[in-house]
Amino acid sequence: MPADTATTVTADAAPASGRIRRFLDSDIGWSFRKTPAAWISALVLTLLIVTAFLAPLIAAQNPYDLSQIFIDKAEIPPIWQEGGEWPFLLGTDPQGRDVLSAILYGSRISLIIGFAAVLVSMLIGVGVGLLAGFHGGRIDNLLMRLGDTVLSIPTLLMAILVSAVFRGLLPPELRDPFAAMVLVLAISLTNWVQYARVVRALTMVERRKEYVLAARIIHVPAARIMLRHILPNTLTPVLVSATLNLGLAILSEATLSFLGVGMPITQPSLGTLIRIGNQYLFSGSWWLVVFPSLQLGLIVLSVNLLGDWLRDALNPKLR
Amino acid sequence: MPAFLLKRFLNAAGVMLAVAFLAFLSFRFVGDPVDLMLNEQASQQQRDELRAHLGLDKGFALQFATFVKNAAQGDFGISYRNQQDVFALISERFPATFELVLVATFLSLAIGIPLGVYTAIRRESLLAKALQFGSVLGVSLPSFALGIMLILVFSVTLQWLPAFGRGEVVKLGWWSTGFLTPSGRAALILPGITLSVFQVTLVMRLVRAEMLETMRTDFIRFARARGLPARSIHFGHALRNCLMPVITVTGLQIGNLIAFALVTETVFQWPGMGMLFVQAVTFVDIPVMAAYLIIVSFIFVALNTLVDLTYAWVDPRLREDALSGAANAR
Repeated sequence: MPADTATTVTADAAPASGRIRRFLDSDIGWSFRKTPAAWISALVLTLLIVTAFLAPLIAAQNPYDLSQIFIDKAEIPPIWQEGGEWPFLLGTDPQGRDVLSAILYGSRISLIIGFAAVLVSMLIGVGVGLLAGFHGGRIDNLLMRLGDTVLSIPTLLMAILVSAVFRGLLPPELRDPFAAMVLVLAISLTNWVQYARVVRALTMVERRKEYVLAARIIHVPAARIMLRHILPNTLTPVLVSATLNLGLAILSEATLSFLGVGMPITQPSLGTLIRIGNQYLFSGSWWLVVFPSLQLGLIVLSVNLLGDWLRDALNPKLR
Repeated sequence: MPAFLLKRFLNAAGVMLAVAFLAFLSFRFVGDPVDLMLNEQASQQQRDELRAHLGLDKGFALQFATFVKNAAQGDFGISYRNQQDVFALISERFPATFELVLVATFLSLAIGIPLGVYTAIRRESLLAKALQFGSVLGVSLPSFALGIMLILVFSVTLQWLPAFGRGEVVKLGWWSTGFLTPSGRAALILPGITLSVFQVTLVMRLVRAEMLETMRTDFIRFARARGLPARSIHFGHALRNCLMPVITVTGLQIGNLIAFALVTETVFQWPGMGMLFVQAVTFVDIPVMAAYLIIVSFIFVALNTLVDLTYAWVDPRLREDALSGAANAR
């Protein structure tokens, strides 16, 4: 009767579809339900992502459409303070842009760059790790030395340098449109090494196993063995690193934008918004810098809490 | 041991060569140095003269060799922006960054170790759980946002502490220090805290993990059986056995802190070499960027090598297979 008891547990939650119910019934799902930090942060993160991606629908204005901005609405404080005005819930900046709308649009940029950077660094890292681990020998030595060198430079410095070099290579009129891409590259080129190390270690173990030997005997191409047979067995730790790295990637993007080598003022991410707000720190417009910082902190915090939980939940030693 | 020493040194030298190559590439390919140094009215002859003077008409390999040779002698060329010797510019700014890093390191140990011990021995208490959560919060809030919040509260609103600059500094030879004047010390507080927050959480987590491990060992059980007071068990025996990794990580992190100081320096307008670097990036002042990259990486690699060698000296087992990779926590 284990199946029946399991259904009664989830039945009162919601008429969930089969897939969600199966997730909640699994070991991971159980741990998820029992860890408030995990489901609360998952909930908050979902909310933040949905509001960020629905920004054009729910924001009071498009802060970068000049026809919607009125200069006489400049520097209005948040609505609960004296002088606050509807619909500018969190106030406006000196150009008359709604801060809440700017935050929603900015979060969307920050999240897209963060996800893209993690994806690209994962692709590079997994590729390098598979090649190094599967072939071994000279290829392995070369690739891993390269990784050691990348790790010998402080990551922040490396990211700034890569983005400065790419920006320098682009003609000035193309710098702004390609800013997001440059950031993704700068962050990925500094973060791929740990994926490569994890995948390489696991690949070296897997390639000696019988299923790989069997595949080699019947002449399955090496690329196919790596991608179809070995890769699926290395994915769990890769996914844990990816979750923990998402927070780091979002923070790196924000830091680069804050320093002025990231997103331009015309397409501001949360880091750019904080950079702009920082210039008005002494004029009393505290809302320009506090709210974007809080939003950034909230996104990274919920990602980190989720990542910490996932790492513990998937670690067989802690079960 | 000599073989290990040699291997480790060669390794470090190889990494430094790779870093120099990266710096050289950016130097060579981001914009034309001749265009950046001369104004638009310069004649073709002036251009050619400068090109020859900078050695840019030579072959690629020869240029790189010259670059490495000069860099090893501390000659990084002249800043494009203010025409000063780059090495002099950086060494003039170095004391400011170093003192900031020193304060942050001190704070991280002074706060991180007690918190780590507490969260380990009172693992189930509410405060320990709050501190654990606080440590996740500490790594989630970016340091520049934290710095801005501190300025907002303590400088703008309460007006207790300065929001920018180093205050008054005293010259001691080529070194300038802010420790000797009241305004210099006050100016160090907010940037020091900002830079140390990540480090505090790191030390706290490390001490906690090490303490939990040590508390399970036999010698602690024997100390308990002997009836030693809890205080002497925790601090005299357990903590002392955790300090080695803490010291190692703190040492390794100094390189990272120097790099990360550039964010704090930007927030607090701190006249250190990090701010010099950020300004150089904005103006595409490649000689300064290249020199900063090489100097910071050198400090980073030197610390890593030193730690590895100390470990190998202390623990002969490590001489066989050298510790690979650096503890690059961020």
